[in-house]
Amino acid sequence: GNERRKGASRAEEGESQTRPERIDRGRRKRTRSHQDTKGSEGDEEVQPKIQSGRAAKTRKHTKNEKTRKKEEEEKAEKGEGKERHGKRKKTSASKKEREEVGGKHTMKEKAQEVKRKNIIQQMNCIHNSLSSEELEKLKEAVDERKKLIQALRGKPWPIKKKCVILRESQEFVEKYEGALGKGKGRKLYAYKVLMSKALMGRPYGTIPRKTVPRAEATSAMDFAVLWDFGVSCIITLTLTTSCFLQWPFHATFRKMCFQGYAQYSVLFYGYYNNQRAVGWLKFRMPLSYFLVGVGTVAYSYMVVIRTMARNANESGVGDDNSFNFNWRMFTSWDYLIGNPETADNKFASITTSFKEAILEEQESQKDDNIHLTRFLRVLANFLVLCCLAGSGYLIYFVVRRSQKFALDGLENHTWWERNEVNMVMSLLGMFCPMLFDVISALENYHPRVALQWQLGRIFALFLGNLYTFIIALMDEINLKREEENIIKFNITVWEASLFNGTVSVNSTAPPVTIEPADVPRGPCWETMVGQEFVRLIISDTMTTYITLLIGDFLRAVLVRFLNYCWCWDLEAGFPSYSEFDVSGNVLGLIFNQGMIWMGAFYAPCLPALNVLRLHVSMYLQCWAVMCCNVPQERVFKASGSNNFYMAMLLVILFLSTLPAIYTIVTIPPSFDCGPFSGKQRMFDVIQETLESDFPAWFGKVFSYASNPGLVLPFMLLMVLAIYYLQSTSKSYKEANMELKKKLQTVVQNMFPPLVQQSCFNVYF
Amino acid sequence: MRGRGRPWDKLLHYSLCNVTGQQDCTFFTRKEILRLHARYHELAPHLVPMDYTNDPDCKLPLALIVNMPELKENPFCSRIVESFSEDGMGNLSFNEFVDMFSVLSEMAPRELKAIYAFKIYDYNVDNFLCKEDLEKTLNKLTKEELTPEEVQLVCEKAIEEADLDGDHKLSFADFENMITRAPDFLSTFHIRI
Repeated sequence: GNERRKGASRAEEGESQTRPERIDRGRRKRTRSHQDTKGSEGDEEVQPKIQSGRAAKTRKHTKNEKTRKKEEEEKAEKGEGKERHGKRKKTSASKKEREEVGGKHTMKEKAQEVKRKNIIQQMNCIHNSLSSEELEKLKEAVDERKKLIQALRGKPWPIKKKCVILRESQEFVEKYEGALGKGKGRKLYAYKVLMSKALMGRPYGTIPRKTVPRAEATSAMDFAVLWDFGVSCIITLTLTTSCFLQWPFHATFRKMCFQGYAQYSVLFYGYYNNQRAVGWLKFRMPLSYFLVGVGTVAYSYMVVIRTMARNANESGVGDDNSFNFNWRMFTSWDYLIGNPETADNKFASITTSFKEAILEEQESQKDDNIHLTRFLRVLANFLVLCCLAGSGYLIYFVVRRSQKFALDGLENHTWWERNEVNMVMSLLGMFCPMLFDVISALENYHPRVALQWQLGRIFALFLGNLYTFIIALMDEINLKREEENIIKFNITVWEASLFNGTVSVNSTAPPVTIEPADVPRGPCWETMVGQEFVRLIISDTMTTYITLLIGDFLRAVLVRFLNYCWCWDLEAGFPSYSEFDVSGNVLGLIFNQGMIWMGAFYAPCLPALNVLRLHVSMYLQCWAVMCCNVPQERVFKASGSNNFYMAMLLVILFLSTLPAIYTIVTIPPSFDCGPFSGKQRMFDVIQETLESDFPAWFGKVFSYASNPGLVLPFMLLMVLAIYYLQSTSKSYKEANMELKKKLQTVVQNMFPPLVQQSCFNVYF
Repeated sequence: MRGRGRPWDKLLHYSLCNVTGQQDCTFFTRKEILRLHARYHELAPHLVPMDYTNDPDCKLPLALIVNMPELKENPFCSRIVESFSEDGMGNLSFNEFVDMFSVLSEMAPRELKAIYAFKIYDYNVDNFLCKEDLEKTLNKLTKEELTPEEVQLVCEKAIEEADLDGDHKLSFADFENMITRAPDFLSTFHIRI
């Protein structure tokens, strides 16, 4: 019974083994026919070499197998068939030796067949003769080999060695895994081997392709645009869905007495009715308007802070300037460069960066005249402050003037006078940074520090301008509110007069129908605010495009074509081509986003407009960069200042949402336009919703939760938590530094040069 | 020798086990290896066989490989090719060619790249980055625009920064310690083919 089973299993195994064998044999037949048909001299010479090479390989394999088997059999406790083993091996060995001496192809083939049969028999014997511990060990060995095959890619060995090791390991695994399996398992394994050979490896695309390296992506403008674009898109989506949900149910939309059709559109606040619930869905329009506005701000905060946290995590080691020269030497050349012009630029920028580093090093070794430097820096800051104050006053003055013009009636003035405010703001934004650049030459800072100062000053300039603009806007809002009061008074008078006219008869007269379009409308200050923001953004966009076309494109065209007939080299000296200013452009994007955040509450479709604008900007600037710009000479590790830009974005987010929040909380909405008309304050809509739409107990809970007695301790708790987290993070940082230092000293002391060299040799 | 034939003839002629072997030894998929073979063949159509079943011993010289557009502008092109060749002279067989691009691809891990980067910058092949190696690297990078004093200063500072064992040259351990902290290493030490 046992023998029959053995025989059966042997037959099974023989089958499964012969199938891959047949493929190998088939391949060999093909190669043999190739060799026969070649017939050239060179090939004939090569053939015996190849054959003897193969013979050598098989010799090596059989030797390995023999030694392995010998080891295993020495371990084997059961003596069953040991003698049979020995005899068979001896016969096979002697046969092979005969074959090797002869060196003929057909004899070798027969020997290989015999070898295979032996292997099958031996495997069976191994399987039956080894105890379970040896089987386990064998299994482990097979698993180890499999792991080696998986990890082979990452090994630093020469490829020849890798190929040989791969072949050996694969054969080992094939052989012994078959042996370890039982019955069906073996068949399945053989089937897998067959299928993998038929399918010729893994299908295309299993290895994940193409991940954009993070360092590159985060500092480039197009990423900022895309990120911005992403945030804008989400804000747009929420706003537009809330718009369109109630659009088909809009019964009456209120006309406004401003020029242009756009004012009546969804774009502005005034379009929205103050009906509490619209349509058969009972869509709570005012509530949704309010919540969407607040929600988009909250979402923006979340996204910015999450991105900052992620950046902080990844920069990990942090501003480690300890390998400055090494990194410049070994990681500054970009191996992807294939264009000779780019290569030249890269060489130039590397040389410049080395010169800067050298200069810095030399200067750090000498420190003369601190007083002069300090005085110059103070002077520079004073000049910059004067500049900022001047620009702030100029904007205020211009806004006042435009208010006067508005009172006179806008038709009496030229285009410039009508759009003075926006033009002045844009022009200031163009020329002041250049001025700051010139002033900063006094300061003599490290280039990266100087760049940060420059960006900070430009930031202050824009912020100052924006806030002056908002203050002027506030004045206008107050004006409009006064106007509104007058109109309200007029309306009551007018309505009274209407009724007075008919009341002379009995009060049974039908009520006078008042056409909604005939009622004098109040000025809608919210729509006015929205309009101002839209105008600001459009003028900003136009300025950017015009500067691009004139400053970059026209300049490039002039330099290129006038160069032929000019006395000095226009391309090398002044004016040459304009540089692509990455930091300036990122700053522009950040401010654009700030303006959107500010205006989104009053002009709900502003983010949508901005998405369109970003689209167009991206393509236009992409073209301009490729066509007219040269790369910056100074190459900065821009990935390091990533959180700097994010911090600026966060500050801008905070500062932009302040005005909107202030207006929501303090200024009462217009009496007859917008979703909050008629209410005392805009956030009353929440109170209303709580009272009418939610069960009574909810209102109670909410009132308890908003009790100052509860809110203040909660805020105190959060402040304490922040303090605690800050101190723990500081202590972790210090511990990190200590460990780093310890590691360095340990490596220095523990490893003498010889040992390090031998460690190195292990790799190679 | 067989003619060029149709493109899919390559699939038949190219030895199956050769491709699967290379797939396991490098970071490329089968299709990419076949595409690399087309590039390799393009470099010297008369020398490179389409048929690898005989395991031919075909090596292309340094001058041909360094002319590839991916390597031409690189100041270290000859060192790169030499580091991957068996004989150290820059003659690459197809396997070595694939290996080179595999290590330089974006899929290779940092440790592997560090090892080969060290080999590339080691001009005198003594398993140390001594001052002369650094000087040669710097001169290649700046096209010899720095003055000799500046070159001296930079090399001394570099060794001072990274040398941990105090032998005034950088061993592999020093180099690895330095390069693994570099934020730009993975993105710059990358060739796409």
